[in-house]
Amino acid sequence: MSPRAAWRLESLGFTKVFDYVAGKADWMASGLPVEGKLADYPRAGTVARTDIPTCRLTDRLGDVRDRTLDADQDVCVVVNDDRIVLGRLRGETLDADPGATVESVMESGPTTTRTDEPLEAIAERLKDARVGSILVTTSDGRLVGILYRKDAERVLAENQ
Amino acid sequence: MPTSIDRDDVQRLMAEGAQLVEVLPPAMYEEVHLPGAVNIPLKSLDRETTARLERDRPLIVY
Repeated sequence: MSPRAAWRLESLGFTKVFDYVAGKADWMASGLPVEGKLADYPRAGTVARTDIPTCRLTDRLGDVRDRTLDADQDVCVVVNDDRIVLGRLRGETLDADPGATVESVMESGPTTTRTDEPLEAIAERLKDARVGSILVTTSDGRLVGILYRKDAERVLAENQ
Repeated sequence: MPTSIDRDDVQRLMAEGAQLVEVLPPAMYEEVHLPGAVNIPLKSLDRETTARLERDRPLIVY
């Protein structure tokens, strides 16, 4: 929508028009302040843990496993140079052949949610699906962090 | 020609006094918007609704 608006504004005589294509979702993903009726409403991006380990397709599984355990985590997210989520390693996949590449054992295309997803809605989805966590990305697929269901439920309880 | 910018550019331009316009529907704007942004929905962008904006000052649209 914003590219059309930017061109329209230029046609109206504005000489310095800048198009923030990534918009609100990207802004909120970074934890920057917002205004409005729901500015303080908890969302996936604000509760997600951002200190999640990451790895690349060509990394060796043994190295990744060590890094993940050293970070006291049980999940490693596979990303590219632009931090786009490509896959995930967790559970048994982390314990596979240490010489294998990440790409050969990763879970491709893991389910993600956007940073601006209301926490109540995503907590309900996680509960219904009986899963404990979900990856959180910006609207263009860049990793923000991981949202644990227990964190979401705790924050919702605190906000009641 | 409008320039596409990222979040860092937005922060820099805001610090320099840029104007911010959200072109999403009012309900979405009222829920949450960037600090200091005004709402002019895309469908209503015209000379009248943009009259309050300064034409020679940087203008960020999202």
